[in-house]
Amino acid sequence: MNSSVSLTSREEIEVHRFSWPVSIGIPLLAIFLQVFLNQSLMKVLDLPLLVTIFFAVARRRPIPGMITGALIGTLQDAWTGHPIGLFGIAKTIVGYLGSSLGVKVDVDNPGSRFLMTFAFVLIHRFVYMAISLQLVGGSEAWIWSHTLLSALVNGLAAVVLFAALDRFKLRN
Amino acid sequence: MENFFTRYKNPLALMAVLFIQVVALATQVKRPEGAKPGSTGSGTRLIRVWTVTAFTPVEKMFVSTGHFFRHGWHNYADLRGARQQNKELQDEVARLQMEQVRLRQDADQARRLQVLLDFKENFISKTVAAQVIAFSGTEQSRLITIDKGSRDGLKPDMAVITPDGIVGKVKDVFRLSSQVLLINDHDSGAGVILENSRLQGIVKGTPLGELQINEIMSDEKVEPGEHVITSGGDRIYPKGYSVGTVIASTPDHENDPFLVIKIKPAADLNRLEEVLVITEMADNSHSASAGPEPMRAADILSQRLPSVPKLDPNAPKTPGGTKTGVPAPKASPTGGVQPGIPTPKTSPTRAIANKAATAGGGQNPVHWNPPVTAPGTTAPGSTSSRAGTGGKTQPGSAQKTATPSGAAGASVTPTPPKPRATPTKPKVPAAAPGSNEPGAPSPTPASTPEPTPGANQPATQQRSPR
Repeated sequence: MNSSVSLTSREEIEVHRFSWPVSIGIPLLAIFLQVFLNQSLMKVLDLPLLVTIFFAVARRRPIPGMITGALIGTLQDAWTGHPIGLFGIAKTIVGYLGSSLGVKVDVDNPGSRFLMTFAFVLIHRFVYMAISLQLVGGSEAWIWSHTLLSALVNGLAAVVLFAALDRFKLRN
Repeated sequence: MENFFTRYKNPLALMAVLFIQVVALATQVKRPEGAKPGSTGSGTRLIRVWTVTAFTPVEKMFVSTGHFFRHGWHNYADLRGARQQNKELQDEVARLQMEQVRLRQDADQARRLQVLLDFKENFISKTVAAQVIAFSGTEQSRLITIDKGSRDGLKPDMAVITPDGIVGKVKDVFRLSSQVLLINDHDSGAGVILENSRLQGIVKGTPLGELQINEIMSDEKVEPGEHVITSGGDRIYPKGYSVGTVIASTPDHENDPFLVIKIKPAADLNRLEEVLVITEMADNSHSASAGPEPMRAADILSQRLPSVPKLDPNAPKTPGGTKTGVPAPKASPTGGVQPGIPTPKTSPTRAIANKAATAGGGQNPVHWNPPVTAPGTTAPGSTSSRAGTGGKTQPGSAQKTATPSGAAGASVTPTPPKPRATPTKPKVPAAAPGSNEPGAPSPTPASTPEPTPGANQPATQQRSPR
């Protein structure tokens, strides 16, 4: 189709590739917009997380996926007042899970993208909270309504964003 | 073994990456004392410095571009109604000018009283205006990035304010930018006072980004709408700056005897664009010392009160215990100073301080200018010694003696307002006839026989022979 193809023992899956400018520029742009736009929507929308999920799922390779998550998360940590590593660890895990999941299920369907992102937002939030409370001694509060709203918004945004980012996949 | 690593390559890589990050996180959390995580210098994470430094020029450019277009619109296209607005502003200026006169008088009076009470308070002496160029981008951290850094003199823990109220404090300082921790972050705190009830507490942020005061007992009455100002006790925020308004006060069920007081921030923390960073605070004692030197309250009162003739140690005593020629003890208007009797040093101070307190700081009837006492000038603690010739009145002190300023002061002081002596007057005459200078011995013979009741009586006694 529009990408390089690798074969596994079970099925044929697509492993997408991206150019270097896209691989670097899109995450940086996502972080930039996240910290630059001071809109209420940005309080629940996590663009770096969406980009992490997208690249992890598209590449379908756990190690690049988690490294992408680690780098994006660490850069995002730099803008917060928290110790650096909270978002890094959370996005590392999301990157790993996303790329592992991409091997097994169809992640190009809008419905599956919504559900997948919805679940990853919850996982990301849970990991972040666990680290913050257990390791850093933070005083975060788990608020279900806010967390679910955030998952919903990010899931919907992922459908649109992923469709736009699909254009950057390299064709062989 | 090789199979193991090959087979579990991905999970092992994940564990390795997580391990590295957790170790890195642990080094930040458990830091040696004295090195705060995220502080400047060696305490700042390099990744934080690099990231912020790399992004700052781009964000500055975007902010500048946005301001260029926005200001262009406001400056050239949106001038409709400017004439009407100009007229309204002129009216407003006239009103404010009148108000300024009153406020200046109040401020002068407050400074004089602060000198008297040796009151120390920090005033803002220098600020740096900064633009907000970035936000934390997450609800878990309420942090903003401003476009001024160490190059502009910023340091950690400097207060950041807007004209509406306090914003937060500088957390990390980079060369061209700084990160500011907002007061509604759950790691923030500031010492505050409730303006009406004068209750003190610490306002803290909550994970939801609200402001709360938690340490006030539930038997205290805190009404919604009450203003909250900084107390200055945290040594970060200057005293008296607006923090916000109480919007709710409810019992804290988790912390039973206390209240949960929710505060609405005075500054709009969600729409910050320009802020002021307080880079220098000045102690008002310096500004006060630049003027007249502080003088003891007893001296001030002795100058304000009628002169008392020098006590003659050989004069026979009256049955009442006072020396002949000295008016009998009277209740003075300052509530305890009795002419002719050595007065405790503290009483005049208290008297003036009490007046200041009862006047609410705004309409204090006691108006006086602190006089200059030259080094070496004796500051006797009694009116009698002051009135005597032993008091070394330095040249120039006469024209700087306390004078009532304003009708209110005149209504309270026992002597009428005295004109200031001319600056060329080198020295207070020893006994200028007709002079009412308090530092000079009274021209009145010390034999005024019958003191009459009333606060103004001594002054009347002085004038009557003339």
